[in-house]
Amino acid sequence: MEGTQYMKIAVALIPLLPLLGFILTLVLGKRWGARAHLLPVALVTVSAALSIYAFVWSFTHQHQTFVWNAFTWIAAGRYTVPWGFQVDTLTGVMLLVVGIIGCVVHYYSIGYMHGDEGYYRFFAYLNLFMFAMFMLILADSYLLLFLGWEGVGLCSYLLIAFWFRKKSASQAGKKAFIVNRVGDFGFTLGMFAILVATGTLQFTGVFDKAAHGDIAAGTLTWICLLLFTGAIGKSAQFPLHVWLPDAMEGPTPVSALIHAATMVNAGVYMVARSYPLFIQSHTAMLVVMGIGTFTAILAAYIAITQNDIKKVIAYSTISSLGFMFLALGAGAWVAGIFYLFAHGFFKGLLFLCSGSVIHAMGGEQDMRKMGGLRKKLPITFWTMLIGALSMIGMIPFAGFWAKDEIVGAAFVHGYYVVWAVALVTVLLTGIYIFRMMFLTFWGENRSDAEVQAHIHESPAIMTVPLIVLAIPAALLGLVVGIPPEGGWLHRFLEPVFFDLEHEAFTWIGEGGALMGVSLILVIVGIVVAWWLYIRQPDIPGRIAERVPWGYRASLNKVYLDDIYAVVPVGATLGFADWLWQFFDAKVIDGAVNGVARLWGWIGDRLRPIQTGRVQNYAMYVFGGMVVLVVILAWVWGN
Amino acid sequence: MNALYWWLLLSFLLFCIGAFGVLARRNVILVVMSLEIMLNAVNLALVATANFRGGAKGAGTMFALFIIVLAAAEVTIGLAIVIANYRNRRTVQTDTYDELKG
Repeated sequence: MEGTQYMKIAVALIPLLPLLGFILTLVLGKRWGARAHLLPVALVTVSAALSIYAFVWSFTHQHQTFVWNAFTWIAAGRYTVPWGFQVDTLTGVMLLVVGIIGCVVHYYSIGYMHGDEGYYRFFAYLNLFMFAMFMLILADSYLLLFLGWEGVGLCSYLLIAFWFRKKSASQAGKKAFIVNRVGDFGFTLGMFAILVATGTLQFTGVFDKAAHGDIAAGTLTWICLLLFTGAIGKSAQFPLHVWLPDAMEGPTPVSALIHAATMVNAGVYMVARSYPLFIQSHTAMLVVMGIGTFTAILAAYIAITQNDIKKVIAYSTISSLGFMFLALGAGAWVAGIFYLFAHGFFKGLLFLCSGSVIHAMGGEQDMRKMGGLRKKLPITFWTMLIGALSMIGMIPFAGFWAKDEIVGAAFVHGYYVVWAVALVTVLLTGIYIFRMMFLTFWGENRSDAEVQAHIHESPAIMTVPLIVLAIPAALLGLVVGIPPEGGWLHRFLEPVFFDLEHEAFTWIGEGGALMGVSLILVIVGIVVAWWLYIRQPDIPGRIAERVPWGYRASLNKVYLDDIYAVVPVGATLGFADWLWQFFDAKVIDGAVNGVARLWGWIGDRLRPIQTGRVQNYAMYVFGGMVVLVVILAWVWGN
Repeated sequence: MNALYWWLLLSFLLFCIGAFGVLARRNVILVVMSLEIMLNAVNLALVATANFRGGAKGAGTMFALFIIVLAAAEVTIGLAIVIANYRNRRTVQTDTYDELKG
């Protein structure tokens, strides 16, 4: 088929071009100096265009799955893993998110990273990230997905620790990498379990076996839980979410691209991709929903007191990812992907806006020193307002339609506790996001006079990407999400989530009522934030005094970092110290020195034998010979 | 008990006497002499065996002749070393020769 030929070229080039960009930029970039961005940005732009082409293909071939085994990647005896690509509608949606946001962030970075000494290195890593991320979503097997999975993890580490001369940045990079190892360990075990249970890691093969009931129910639950462990690490869910806030040490475009819009969604994507496995295990679904719900409200609670503008958005990302898992676990698969789709745009937008604010403030990230930027940064303000309204779920922005479907699904499927928790989270989200907006853009500027003099709107290379992302953040829901539970995206993803029952949404009735409740909470959230931070700015301090434990627990991130510093980290360090002080110094060194001392002792005992007198030596020879003769006589005698 | 047995017993006794002399005497001259006794004990065993056992009688005798020749050469060198050593140390007592110890 003619179309498939073009598709093969497109799908091969989508990851290949950024890989090429990475290699060339890393080798030659230093010489290009301030023009180092030209090649990587151009290649990613082409990749993004090809991603849109692949999306259009999946749109026009909705009930077809494009599968292409490019070559044999691993051949081990009878078991082979092809380097295979797979494109269906879910891949199409992911390609759209990754392609567009990746491309936009590349352009934004030209302005944001201008003049940085690691300019070429930054673009090289970004391109490597794009390669890994594209591989992750185009893979047709768990193993190839894992290649992309680890690849984005590596790039995340490299880019968080991009300013590696800063101690906190290199520490944060290591933290992200190590915490993700915990999750990846579970993911690897999950892959082993799949391989043992089905003999293959190809998605189609595994899902066929699962659909025919060839996997025992207990095994299936374990497989799902282990895979979800990987997702917990990558998508920053409780209890492995601690790396994401620290990851904000990286440059802001990295936070927008990797730690908001694409990589952290990999866990959600992987669980959604494993849909045929998860729907057969009610236990696993409940765990996914439980973790997601708890993470959503925990992160929202922490976000309320954070003072670093990027930390607030980071916790809101964790909260949003919790929402996605809540949706998947509650059986609202399309709503989860819809939220991922919308979240990619509005959260990427929020991060890029915060980057623009930080840029204007000369690197200041503390919101207590901002304020009154509304007039000075008009484009940033308006785009960020769109992002914020979308984030908190204000009608008619994208976030509203996605979030409302999720909250509604929890209620419709009878998970009333989850529904109530989700509503509280919605309220908290409204408060903390608008706390951030009010502290940043309203009131008087609280920074030094010198900083104030330099506040300026960012250059066009940075503001145009904001506008580009603001459009989908505002309108995406209207285009693909209406009516709720039956919008275009639902029909589009039907081939992937083949077994879902859709309850028709009712504007007048239950659906409308649920929508109204969450909308009221959103508005209450904004009003509360306005009351606390504009009208009566002394109230927050009084609340903090009245419930000091509640304030301090939130400010200190529920002490999780401190607990981890004691339990796993402290125990490991203690064990390492024991290994060093006792095992290495005493046992190993003791053994080595002991052997040496033993031979010294034996030598001391044997030294008197060497008298220097030839006759004594002759005596030994003679004695030895006598012994030999006796032995030989005895041997031969028998 | 044939005659060879007695010859070999004599050879064994001579060898033991020689060995005792080499190991126990403290005079270098006597050590060298004891060495000669040991060599001749071997010679006696070779010649006696050649005479009493069948086969080519010449072979054992030839070995004995070689040993005599080598013994002559050896004793020449040995005595030369003894004299050289005596010139340096003014003694022929073996227990004073102990510079080789570690």
